[in-house]
Amino acid sequence: MVTVLRRSETGRVGAVNQRQAPRAGTWRRIRNCWQLYLMLLLPVVYLLIFHYWPMYGIQIAFRNYNVVDGISGSPWVGLTHFERFIGSYMFWPVIRNTIILHSYELLATFPLPIVLAMALNQVRLQWFKRSVQMITYAPHFISTVVIVGMLVVLLDPRTGLLNNFLALFGVEPLDLLGNPDYFRHIYVWSGAWQNLGFAAIIYLATLSSIDPQLHEAAVVDGASRIKRMWHIDLPGIMPVAVILLILNIGSILSIGFEKVLLMQNSLNLSASEVIDTYVYKVGLAAPLPQFSYAAAIGLFRSVVGLILLVLANQIARKFAKSSLW
Amino acid sequence: MATTAIRMRKDRTRRPTRIRESRSDQFFMIVTYVVLTLFLLAVLYPLIFIVSASVSDPLAVSSGQVWLWPVDLNFNGYEEILKHKPIVRGFANSLFYVVVGTLVNVTLTLLAAYPLSRRDLVGRNWFMMLFVFTMMFSGGLIPTYLVVHDLGLLNTRWALILPTAMAVWNVIITRTYYQVTIPHELLEAARIDGCDDIGFFWRIVIPLSKPIIAVNALFYAVGHWNQFFNALIYLTNEALFPLQLVLREILIQSNIDPTMADAAELARRRELRDLLKYCLIVVASIPPLLAYPFVQKHFVRGIMIGSLKG
Repeated sequence: MVTVLRRSETGRVGAVNQRQAPRAGTWRRIRNCWQLYLMLLLPVVYLLIFHYWPMYGIQIAFRNYNVVDGISGSPWVGLTHFERFIGSYMFWPVIRNTIILHSYELLATFPLPIVLAMALNQVRLQWFKRSVQMITYAPHFISTVVIVGMLVVLLDPRTGLLNNFLALFGVEPLDLLGNPDYFRHIYVWSGAWQNLGFAAIIYLATLSSIDPQLHEAAVVDGASRIKRMWHIDLPGIMPVAVILLILNIGSILSIGFEKVLLMQNSLNLSASEVIDTYVYKVGLAAPLPQFSYAAAIGLFRSVVGLILLVLANQIARKFAKSSLW
Repeated sequence: MATTAIRMRKDRTRRPTRIRESRSDQFFMIVTYVVLTLFLLAVLYPLIFIVSASVSDPLAVSSGQVWLWPVDLNFNGYEEILKHKPIVRGFANSLFYVVVGTLVNVTLTLLAAYPLSRRDLVGRNWFMMLFVFTMMFSGGLIPTYLVVHDLGLLNTRWALILPTAMAVWNVIITRTYYQVTIPHELLEAARIDGCDDIGFFWRIVIPLSKPIIAVNALFYAVGHWNQFFNALIYLTNEALFPLQLVLREILIQSNIDPTMADAAELARRRELRDLLKYCLIVVASIPPLLAYPFVQKHFVRGIMIGSLKG
């Protein structure tokens, strides 16, 4: 805790110095860095076209968009599309699935990298530590399509590894991917398999920056390994964990969309239809795309996500004394 | 050499505490090693199984004779892949998207990150807001699609490159890296020697950015290689499809062009299809896994720097 506080203090001192730069001759200073603005030109143009133009285009959620009239020519309809979504029979199932899936994912997979990093941090055999890290990072680089492809072949009811294994015990083959009851477990735990090792990197890095003197002093005082992990390592990584948790909560409605879409089939739809897949289906995959309706659902999701992010940040600032801004 | 010496010294200083470890601590460490080993095996086993299955007799795989090592070692599946045009073409397309896309990504990221790292940039906070806001709020799928549509990029290769030309997260990581590693004195010294900002960026900053370029390139390249959703919504012309989209059809939707195998009987084709899936999983995962060890040494450092609050 002590080290953490010290670090944030020095950070703030740096920020103050920055702001105290001389204010005189603003125009000259602007002219002096024209080359920097030139460098920023392309990135800013990119942001304006591919990020801010779509934000301008959000207004189609309040219009009846048609291709002929374009964004600004289509008639205004107010909140019609939002009312339609909230009143539709898909509203509650989609919201429910989204919240359950991502809360489950967050609860199940957020603490695990912390545990893994703390355990790895105890290991003194360098070759063992390094091979665990090397091998557990690897799945992170496998594409979503391939991960879902692996699930398809490994869980195949006829030829898959799992059912061949279950058959040894006389269990009837299960069609796991075609069963809504299993969808969430498969989604979450295959994600844990893929990303756990990688997610631990940041905690390992934080742990390695904890002052070894704290541990030495604790050893002298006779603290056991578990005690030291609990009283030194855990408080040391808390600030990073809180920030990652805020980020996770903020993106709770949007993450993992590609994987959900790929794992989705007509049999598990009752558990796997989330907001984003529904937007995709209504807006782009449908034979008659309803751009405005889909944009309204997407906007609904973005706004809720933003609110969650701000709320999580406020709560973290109040209770954990560490926040994004 | 130097690092191993340091590590040895560290070990020597730690040794006394290790000897004095209590019973319960020893027990705790044994549990830790066992758990970590189990986790390691859990990650490793599916990977080994898939590689083994891809070089085994498909009948042995489907009947459950393959558990760890290949049965009836052969490479028929890989030969079939080479004969399958869409896969080879998808592979080539993906390589194109990775190379061109990553070049564009890294260029834009460096161009954005360096000026933003400069304290004397007038309006820096304003620019940062412009960048960071896009991380918190986005137009969403449909408005972005309409922009790509309006720009006439649908069904062109640019549709997979321009909309993802830069990731703000990477810009922030790179900017933090510059703030930490490039001292202001260096710029002042270069200025005295008559170097302007672009000259400084080109001659001093870029040569000093190798680790962060490596990290950026790795993440962008893996991102491009694994990208499928943009291709799904922006492309309908099969000649432009990246590998992931071809994979999706074969692996998940199980669509295989019936003409690709000359065999008439359905059973054999089905076996072949299963075999192909295992082989494709291996083939599609090799490029990112190959790239990873090369940049691994830069990698933890890059992530660490980026994780500092800017």
